[in-house]
Amino acid sequence: MNDLGGYSVRADALASTEKLHKRSIGARVWSWRYIVLRRIVQVGVLLLFIGTAHWAWQYPAKTPFLSGNLSASKFIGLIPMADPFATLQIFLTGHVLQQEVLIGTAIIFGFYLLLGGRVFCAWVCPVNMVTDLAGWLRTKLDIRAIVHLPRSVRYFILAAALVLSAVTGVAAFEWVSPVGMMHREIIFGIGFGFLALLAIFLFDLLILKNGWCGHFCPLGAFWSLVGKAGLVKVRFDKTNCTHCGECAKVCPEPQVLNLKKIEERGMVFSGECSNCGRCTALCPEGSLAFDLRPLIRKHNARAEQSAV
Amino acid sequence: MAEQSVSRRDFLVKAAQGTAMAATGGLLWVYLLRQEARAHPFALRPPGALTEKDFNAACIKCGQCVVSCPYDTLKLAGSGGDLPIGMPYFEPRKIPCYLCPDIPCMKACPTGALSPELKNINDSRMGLAVIDLENCLSWKGLRCEICHRECPLKGKAITLEMHPRQLSKHAMFYPIVNSDACTGCGICEKACPTTEAAIRILPHSMVQGKIGEHYRLGWTFETEITQDFKPYEAPAPAPSDAPPPKKAPGMDYLNEGGL
Ligand code: SF4
Ligand code: SF4
Ligand code: SF4
Ligand code: SF4
Ligand code: SF4
Repeated sequence: MNDLGGYSVRADALASTEKLHKRSIGARVWSWRYIVLRRIVQVGVLLLFIGTAHWAWQYPAKTPFLSGNLSASKFIGLIPMADPFATLQIFLTGHVLQQEVLIGTAIIFGFYLLLGGRVFCAWVCPVNMVTDLAGWLRTKLDIRAIVHLPRSVRYFILAAALVLSAVTGVAAFEWVSPVGMMHREIIFGIGFGFLALLAIFLFDLLILKNGWCGHFCPLGAFWSLVGKAGLVKVRFDKTNCTHCGECAKVCPEPQVLNLKKIEERGMVFSGECSNCGRCTALCPEGSLAFDLRPLIRKHNARAEQSAV
Repeated sequence: MAEQSVSRRDFLVKAAQGTAMAATGGLLWVYLLRQEARAHPFALRPPGALTEKDFNAACIKCGQCVVSCPYDTLKLAGSGGDLPIGMPYFEPRKIPCYLCPDIPCMKACPTGALSPELKNINDSRMGLAVIDLENCLSWKGLRCEICHRECPLKGKAITLEMHPRQLSKHAMFYPIVNSDACTGCGICEKACPTTEAAIRILPHSMVQGKIGEHYRLGWTFETEITQDFKPYEAPAPAPSDAPPPKKAPGMDYLNEGGL
């Protein structure tokens, strides 16, 4: 971990790592805040869908509360939502989409455009729970890498999904998507989708670290592209960062934490960051924190001033 | 020089490997899609569904039609089953479609996979009822006719044809399905009392034939005919002052006794 954009390990970096390992129980628990929140949101969203599908949750009276699934849904009979990647594929098959799903697409697209695209990944997508578990277990069991793949593979898969949708006349990713299988089968009943998830879990655990979400998933790739323009970003305060590299160790997309590059921009600017909050909760010097993009420059300038 | 050629060779090998991987992956993907999405011959779709191919393209697999159905008729296909993944379908023998006049499933569909052009639920064509003549109780001569009684379009979608029998005085009542009115709702299939339903709903493509354009049915009046042909004229009605019938009303051949 001493190759972080050309920095070599410094004494204060070692001190930071030391600080991290010696934190109190309270500080440790507090550092789980985002993961707890993320699980609450992920499970909560699924629960609203399940409640509506199975226990007929209604609001207002006689209107399904949150009907559908993550591909397309309707909230309180009023607000349509739709997965822009799915509708893009359907559009490419040549089907003329109805107005409702187009409005829903615009709503979801706008929402993640503001929050940062891969917020979907870390905070909503149910597969993330599976791959997070695999990643965590892999670190615990100290399973070494056996293959390497460029993380750009996902963008090729994304492009292939669009081309194949146009060629085959069906939404190419939606028909094989483990993400779709997982939420659909949790909400609407069991098929064999769990086998696909088991495969992803084992692949991530034993073969390639962050294999599915970090290398293959075209939906994550789609949101990465959207996320470049996101408003909520992780601000990087270079004044107190000691380059200990602990952030990149916990980050599922460590390439986004290239300290030299983020120092220039004052934030984690890559769309591949999922705003999962791991690094912000962990950084022993408090150099990483969520912030709003338009304010980041000002906040960083202020930090620099007070450091001087 | 040597180094350069090695690196060029490297590059070419890398490019070839990349292309091979992409091609293999792509073919595998297309194969999977074809396996999953080939128009499935047996799937019955909700009312208003587009033709199977367009339906496969349009449906986003959201299940809002499923949630909106008050009778729990519709299900989403799981992965790995016989039916295309994630698409809504129903099995009439379990729960048929009860033909809601307001068509909530179609209204809930955000993509138009269930077409809003369906204005009247009785115009839906989810499939066609087909009777197994060998196992239909009515066709065996028993007085069942349950399908006829239960059909929401009885008299149109199912009609009864009376056939006198030579050896018995009791006529047979044959249920006949008329494809111009049958919605494929499957209420008849659900109601049929035989162990395995003797009336079933199948997609039209599985049961309907098509005669060639060149056939001319000479005896139907709308058809162009090539010979002089006089339409049948009904005999003049009996004069109204004819004498009353000898038998009392209600006395028919059934009550005359003896074979
Ligand atoms: S990369 Fe794909 S599977 Fe992973 S969390 Fe994001 S959308 Fe879900
Ligand atoms: S940079 Fe931080 S917030 Fe972004 S993915 Fe990595 S750990 Fe999560
Ligand atoms: S018409 Fe009514 S019963 Fe039939 S599938 Fe639609 S919602 Fe269900
Ligand atoms: S509501 Fe429409 S798009 Fe959604 S599953 Fe049903 S048919 Fe498909
Ligand atoms: S499916 Fe059966 S019950 Fe429904 S309209 Fe056709 S004949 Fe009638």
